[in-house]
Amino acid sequence: MNRSIVRYILCKVLEFEALFLLIPCFFAIYYQEVEGIVYFVLACVALLIGCMGTLNKPKSDVFYAREGFVTVALSWILLGIFGAIPFCLTGEIPNFVDALFETISGFTTTGATILTDVEVISHCSLFWRSFTHWIGGMGVLVFILAFTPMAGGYNIHLMRAESPGPSVGKLVPKIKQTSKILYAIYTALTVIEMILLIISGMPVFDSITLSMGTAGTGGFGVLNSSIGSYSMVSQGIITVFMILFGVNFTVYYLLLLKKFKPALLCEEVRWYLIIILSSAALITINIKGYYKTIFECFHHAIFQVASVITTTGYSTADFDTWPTFSKTIMVTIMFCGACAGSTGGGLKVSRIMIYVRHVKNELNYALHPNQVKKLELEGKALDTSTIRSTMSYLSAFLLLFVVSTLIVSLDGFDPATTFTAIVATINNIGPGLGKVGPTGNFSEFSILSKLVMTMDMLIGRLEVFPILILFNPNTWRKGK
Amino acid sequence: MKIVIVGCGNVGRALVDQLSREEHDIVIIDTKATNVSALSSKYDILGIIGNGASYSTLKECNIDTADLLIAVTGSDELNLLCCVIAKKAGNCHTIARVRNPVYRDETEFIRQELGISMIVNPELAAANEIARLIKYPSAIEVDSFTKEKIELLKLKLTSKSKLCNCALKDIKSHTGEDILICMVERDDDVMIPDGNFVLKENDNISIITSSKGALKFLKKIDFGADRVRSTMIAGGGETTVYLAEQLIAMGIQVKIIERDPKHCEELCELLPNAIVINGDGTDKELLEEEGISDIGAFVSCTNFDEENILLSLYVKSISQAKPVTRIHHVNFDKILKNLDIGSVIFPKFITAEYILRYVRAMQNSIGSNVETLYQLIENKVEALEFIVRSDAVNIINKPLCELKLKDNLLICCIQHKGKTLTPTGHDIIYPGDTVVVVTTHLGLQDINDILK
Repeated sequence: MNRSIVRYILCKVLEFEALFLLIPCFFAIYYQEVEGIVYFVLACVALLIGCMGTLNKPKSDVFYAREGFVTVALSWILLGIFGAIPFCLTGEIPNFVDALFETISGFTTTGATILTDVEVISHCSLFWRSFTHWIGGMGVLVFILAFTPMAGGYNIHLMRAESPGPSVGKLVPKIKQTSKILYAIYTALTVIEMILLIISGMPVFDSITLSMGTAGTGGFGVLNSSIGSYSMVSQGIITVFMILFGVNFTVYYLLLLKKFKPALLCEEVRWYLIIILSSAALITINIKGYYKTIFECFHHAIFQVASVITTTGYSTADFDTWPTFSKTIMVTIMFCGACAGSTGGGLKVSRIMIYVRHVKNELNYALHPNQVKKLELEGKALDTSTIRSTMSYLSAFLLLFVVSTLIVSLDGFDPATTFTAIVATINNIGPGLGKVGPTGNFSEFSILSKLVMTMDMLIGRLEVFPILILFNPNTWRKGK
Repeated sequence: MKIVIVGCGNVGRALVDQLSREEHDIVIIDTKATNVSALSSKYDILGIIGNGASYSTLKECNIDTADLLIAVTGSDELNLLCCVIAKKAGNCHTIARVRNPVYRDETEFIRQELGISMIVNPELAAANEIARLIKYPSAIEVDSFTKEKIELLKLKLTSKSKLCNCALKDIKSHTGEDILICMVERDDDVMIPDGNFVLKENDNISIITSSKGALKFLKKIDFGADRVRSTMIAGGGETTVYLAEQLIAMGIQVKIIERDPKHCEELCELLPNAIVINGDGTDKELLEEEGISDIGAFVSCTNFDEENILLSLYVKSISQAKPVTRIHHVNFDKILKNLDIGSVIFPKFITAEYILRYVRAMQNSIGSNVETLYQLIENKVEALEFIVRSDAVNIINKPLCELKLKDNLLICCIQHKGKTLTPTGHDIIYPGDTVVVVTTHLGLQDINDILK
């Protein structure tokens, strides 16, 4: 493996994290909080280390899929570790494992928190938490690819390792251009949401942080009641934007190019919307009577469904108190996730479509063993290697899921809590049921469980293989 | 610039490699998914699987925003069709590869009637190159400028040469000839030398001369300059046909060895003045029978690269003939260099060069254009020919010694009103002159780029 280039890119990542850490400082200045000093000092340290590491150019340019996976996995771990230090130093989250859990939860856009009282945290730290969502949503390396001149063909391996979904498509021939377009769409949507929220009467700071949380499909709130205490209009705006950020970004690009027909014909988005609407409708009927009017029932149902399927994790109502049928629907769509190429997590709708069609094809083969049939997605036949990797993704995902559940069950919580804690972290959602429900948090778990769940969040965000590759001894073995 | 390349074969790959290095937006189209994914995972380009001649595929790659479409699939007709459709759908420039000798005389007609910007014929280009090599048997490489009036010759210094251990500034007093050595290749290094540079044995030197005086000139500086009188060609493909025609026109006897009897008959019809022999080019006895030891040059042009390399090695070992090897796929140029098989021809690079020249010229419509471009020594050095226009005010009407040229850049030749000058510090470039520049700065596009 080409270690020097991995080192070089990791240090580039640190330089960028230094820039990110500077932004909370402005909030600290505005709100006159001493915590800002910690962020500033840490930014300087990160910048120094980063600059030292990028001083020497890498010895060789050899860069293949393996280097791509390792670089992406290590950069995310590095981001988490550096991002956790401010929480420790400001004393807001004294335990480092807790701080790491919180930061990784931020970067992976999970939104699971170990904080029992969010409202005592300083503004700059609250902003930093939400900002990690925004950066993690589209991806750090995609960001770096958009703004640094990294020549050579290796950037495709980085993008492929970081972007979610069964296959990665470029919008335009150049990666740099593609990343810029993605970030432009992403930023524009975030700003529009911010403005709308401010107009709807939400405080400016809350609008900024919540918009970034929605954009990255993260889910950190700034109040203990999450979104519950804002006005219905604000909640409605957030619902719409959660759904929008769960849509494949290629669709927005097509819309920008005024190619309405292919954009509207996108199969994945259609199924995604069908799943949201039907789940919301079923839940509305099921929870009739829990709220004053049927409209309010629908309002809470669709907010919760949008929040969970896009893996955001905001809540306006405690769905843990809903009937079992509704809760089951919620857990089911937790696995489903948003569209590929969006900022959401989970299995992704396109993968679910592949699984369903694969099963359908298998049934066909049972009837006509010699039939030749291709699996189609978006009107195009998929090649066997994509199907193979999609299948192995599910196996690896379930395997890790079972192992993590077993380890966490050592803590002795009830099955619903244990099971949904892992569901909520590995799918990057945030809240589960029971103790980790919308009103609960993850603070009661043991250190071991927290570490396992931190790992699960990374595994879920980076789609299993980049993290698993780190544990494969062959990755590190030298050639001689 | 946005460039669409249809077909990811040898030439397609060489083009992607070059053009992506020059920062163009590239979209490739091929019907084979494996070809597309192999290239798009290596380079920063967009790959589309499909037929490049189909309107919907071209729409998918946004042909209306493209500046240039290059069709280099295996089929001439498909290439032409791609270009025609792209031209109609996207109104872009188009380049097609057409190599069937049948179309040879109709190229210009096809080009104009179908509205294609350029037609390249790799086989013909390779044949031209081989013919030039045979014209100057002591040269390893020959590139020509200003419509073959100026030639850039690459020679290998042997211990017998007068130039050995001679500093460049002393050459005139040594040989009585004023020659400009524009490039020296020693081991793996390429240098653009100055006056104090001392030449050594086994250096590869490149010199610029006018084509009229070239042979006389080579004789004077003691490079064997005997004319080649007979050539043997192994393999009877399209390159062979083009090459044989040219050699016969130069008065050189041509013997072609071809395996397929049917193909031999076709060759006979096409080339009545050549001797066509039906047999295996790798048959040792056949080669000896046909007088391999007495011929002047041997060209291995069979369809198998490995066979070509072996044949050239064999010829080198038993005769004084100059071997020329054509290679399509093999990528181990370093090993080939050590094998001492003389001149090696890569048709894919020649084609890529032709197309690159066009792309560079397209990029700048003002100032002066790149007329000719050669990439030398594993693409480390470029030799370019410019026609200077009157708006290049920083260059023209000034003595050369007053120009602040880039390091590692040399003006090798100025052609003024049909006269070829080897420039000195007092010479002046006038508008309308042709200038040949050799440099290690890759990607020059304008004559003004030669200044610091």
